[in-house]
Amino acid sequence: MEDAVQEKYDAIIIGGGVVGCMVARWLSRYEMKVLLIEKCSDIGTATSSANTAIVHAGYDPLPGTLKARMNVEGNKMWDQLAGELNFAFERRGDYVVATTDEEFETVKTLMKQGEDNGVPGMILLSGEEVKSREPEITPNVTGALWASTGGICDPFAVTVAAAENAVMNGVKVMLDTAFEDFVMEGKRIVGVKTNKGTFGCRWAINSAGLYSDEVMHKAGVRPEFVIKPRVGEYFVLDRAEITINNVLFPTPTSKGKGILVTTTVHGNTIIGPNSVLKDDKELKAVTREGLNEIWDGALKLVPCLADKRRCVIAVFAGNRPLGNAPCKNPAVKYNSDFIIEIPEEVQGFVNLGGIESPGLTSAPAIAEEVVKLLKEAGEPMQEKADWNPIRIPRIHFRDLERRDQEKLVEKDPRYGRVICRCENVTEGDIIAEIHAPIPATNYDAIKRRTWCGTGRCQGGFDMPRVVAILAKEMGVSPLEISKKGDESKFLQRPTKVTEG
Amino acid sequence: MEEITKLICISCPKGCSVNVTHEGETITDISGTGCKRGEDYVKKELTDPRRMVASTVRVISGLHPLVPVYTQAPLPKPRIHDLLRELRKIEIQAPVKTGQIILENALGLGINVVASRDMPKV
Amino acid sequence: MTKDLYDVVVIGSGPGGLAAAIAAKKNGADDVLIIERDVELGGILLQCIHNGFGVEIFKEDLPGPGYAQRFINEALSLGIDTLLDTMVLDINANRRLYVTSKRHGFKEIHSRAIVLAMGCRERTRAQINLPGSRPAGVYTAGTAQRWTNVEGYMPGSHFVILGSGDIGMIMARRLTFEGAKVERVLELMPYLTGLTRNYVQCLLDYDIPLQLHHTVNRIIGNHRVEAIESVQVDDRLQPIAGTEEIIPCDTLLLSVGLIPENELSKMAGVKIDPITNGPFVNDEFQTNVPGIFAAGNVVHVYDLVDWVTEAGLSAGASAARYAVAERQKEIRSIPMIAGENVRYIVPHRLDKSHMQEEDIRLQMRVRNPIEEPVWVEVHDGSNLITRKAEQYVRPGEMVTVELKPKHFAEVEKAQSLTVNIVKRK
Repeated sequence: MEDAVQEKYDAIIIGGGVVGCMVARWLSRYEMKVLLIEKCSDIGTATSSANTAIVHAGYDPLPGTLKARMNVEGNKMWDQLAGELNFAFERRGDYVVATTDEEFETVKTLMKQGEDNGVPGMILLSGEEVKSREPEITPNVTGALWASTGGICDPFAVTVAAAENAVMNGVKVMLDTAFEDFVMEGKRIVGVKTNKGTFGCRWAINSAGLYSDEVMHKAGVRPEFVIKPRVGEYFVLDRAEITINNVLFPTPTSKGKGILVTTTVHGNTIIGPNSVLKDDKELKAVTREGLNEIWDGALKLVPCLADKRRCVIAVFAGNRPLGNAPCKNPAVKYNSDFIIEIPEEVQGFVNLGGIESPGLTSAPAIAEEVVKLLKEAGEPMQEKADWNPIRIPRIHFRDLERRDQEKLVEKDPRYGRVICRCENVTEGDIIAEIHAPIPATNYDAIKRRTWCGTGRCQGGFDMPRVVAILAKEMGVSPLEISKKGDESKFLQRPTKVTEG
Repeated sequence: MEEITKLICISCPKGCSVNVTHEGETITDISGTGCKRGEDYVKKELTDPRRMVASTVRVISGLHPLVPVYTQAPLPKPRIHDLLRELRKIEIQAPVKTGQIILENALGLGINVVASRDMPKV
Repeated sequence: MTKDLYDVVVIGSGPGGLAAAIAAKKNGADDVLIIERDVELGGILLQCIHNGFGVEIFKEDLPGPGYAQRFINEALSLGIDTLLDTMVLDINANRRLYVTSKRHGFKEIHSRAIVLAMGCRERTRAQINLPGSRPAGVYTAGTAQRWTNVEGYMPGSHFVILGSGDIGMIMARRLTFEGAKVERVLELMPYLTGLTRNYVQCLLDYDIPLQLHHTVNRIIGNHRVEAIESVQVDDRLQPIAGTEEIIPCDTLLLSVGLIPENELSKMAGVKIDPITNGPFVNDEFQTNVPGIFAAGNVVHVYDLVDWVTEAGLSAGASAARYAVAERQKEIRSIPMIAGENVRYIVPHRLDKSHMQEEDIRLQMRVRNPIEEPVWVEVHDGSNLITRKAEQYVRPGEMVTVELKPKHFAEVEKAQSLTVNIVKRK
């Protein structure tokens, strides 16, 4: 018995992380009816919002891998993308710091690798030069690779901006909608079954991140491909107490890029991540050992942090999808490359898998690659006459000059009521997000969009007020308001009502 | 049968640890108190322990849905649960004034429960 | 209607702020304003519905809101202005405030003196590096208290409380009163950090177990708290392996300390003591910035509200005295106005109290040259006080006029003085 098809689409994108949302935005340019489904209550809640927020230069991936190509191509696209979608992006440049002579040799090799990958704008710096640029760097510094094309962003803001632009150009987004299975006709995918119904499609696009293996297996593709979640833990430091103005990497080891000390577009310094393989894809927990590990790692780069533990205002952990797909080029010995393909064994399927670092950087290039693959597969890809690449940003009270704040409050008094005192987020800001093209309907969604609750008091003051605003704007009782979806409600019952 | 009950005196922040030797409710010895108030407290605590109780009751049309209330005198400890149950049943109309009697002669014990603050009507 | 200039502005209307405003009004400050971010006066006392307040000052055992109500009534009866539902965004050392509110809009307010009374925020989960996931159901005790007592919602039904501070113990009893189950109170230190009387009245009375030298090892639950793993710690406060215990619950309350909230203070250049986390203050509760005073929990954490009130009264009186002295200075001050063809005059203002025996030389430059004889005239608005003849005036040559002691009697009566250049007939 087949479930009735509710609606038919040209393409259904499975997974609303930064890759899925970029693909949505790129597809929105063409005369295609596109649906993006996301199993959580908001887009970008998994890997996309818990990472180091770096737009990598591209010296790190092995030459010849898809990671390397996507990284370098993607990196070039960020200035235009930031201008069109209006999100904060800074091409800060980054340092890979060596603290021994041996490390400096590794750094030199890294630069050569970057040149092989086509990364422009890299130079080697002496220890003295590094010290002059970053006064807090460890005195053991022997030199560094300076990659001028490295950048920083707010990865969630990027995801939201891409998704909103997609929606404004006609893409439909369904939240709280989980992929369950494909509807196949022989070897062709003709639909996607979800917990909210079955939808027809000519193309299904797998951008399910941590779950991309499970999705492709449902299509009978790459049964040997497995995603293991890699947890990375982070500290966030109070920007009033400490400012490191640079992006500092240690010399990489076989374990990976290492523990960074870096600035962010919000002005906070963050430290992390470590890299620990786990089993549970959903669990994003910080551990005592992990936090100690990243703190010690940071001290190797910036020893003055030693007495700054009290400046920590937040900790968080993110899961990254480590895949086991070998590089398509057999000459390159690498077993965790990106999967970006239209597989032969199934029709109507664009398969993206194992998109971990440099996934954020690569996202726009991956989206372009998907369009290319569709064209090569014979999709007409007719451009819309009225496609608008520009997403107009929402004003944030906290970013305005005093004069403009005054004008804004006069125009809309709701911007006069400060809800988050630490980060100056107002009722107007919050209400705007509740009614945005991708509506924010829970506390964490508001937090990611407005930065509310991320300051010194970590929501202590604002939480009851945000809950009250969400309840009022959504026309529900405060008892219905959640942290991140239905299973995480804040409140249990009215005070005077008891079960017994 | 003689027994020794350990108590912590709460008459002042010092919190003296007191040993009370007694047979049933008859006290034969008190040791560890730091002052006379302590002795009085201990005697009362053994025979008729009482506590000030503060809670909230529901308000209709007030600035907030609850108004805080408190007992004007300490209530016998074993009856606290009953008082709370009674308070849960109450719903009063705003405006409420500080000191307004919310529950008169609670549980017939001669103790009033009054409002702790003004609650304006909105 | 809020004024643009106040004698004393008090930021915060908890016990410290209310006392300061009242004392300011009673000690010579005419215009006093309280700015409060909540919709009503009272501060944190409004959610502290338990008894124990006022034993020293009123010789009564009042609940928090009742204690606050006394001072609220007095403040309003004294005619103190209030701005409710209003947040102070910024203050500087010149005591200029920017405030914003949905009801009142964006305002710039100046004050002759400021009393900082912003109280504390609670220490957070991140600051104690609590491992585990981040589900709903992890709250500071104060946030839970706000929900339970003021907004009317229970944040959970099975609680574990970390920290044996007073707020944690008080909440243990409060939640029990409202039908919840408090499974455990864990305290890292080997001793109680709150008052012993609260241990008796809140924990012992309700058979709520307290474990000293224990802490939360990790939080369990992805969406909502499902359990707490507790662990015993040794003398160096490090977890002892093998002592872990899983306590099923749906809410973890953190009562792990208060931190004075001094971001506004820092904006104004107030120096903060790293030990108290509050401003350095003298015996008048004045900070290092002249005219900025501080009182209450914003200075350091108190355990008895009566002493907060006392500090507030003192700071308020000091602030009023400062404001009165500023007023005197302003009354004594006569601004100089550059009139016809005058680009600027130095000095910009004269102080009446300095007008004794010596001449005051006014120095100025003209806008445009006049190559004819002119008078340089000093007016007080209606009368000519003095004038000097010049053959010409040029922008490149400084012009001066002397005010002599014989002029001072008239000058002292003036609101302002204007200098004009007029052609001589």
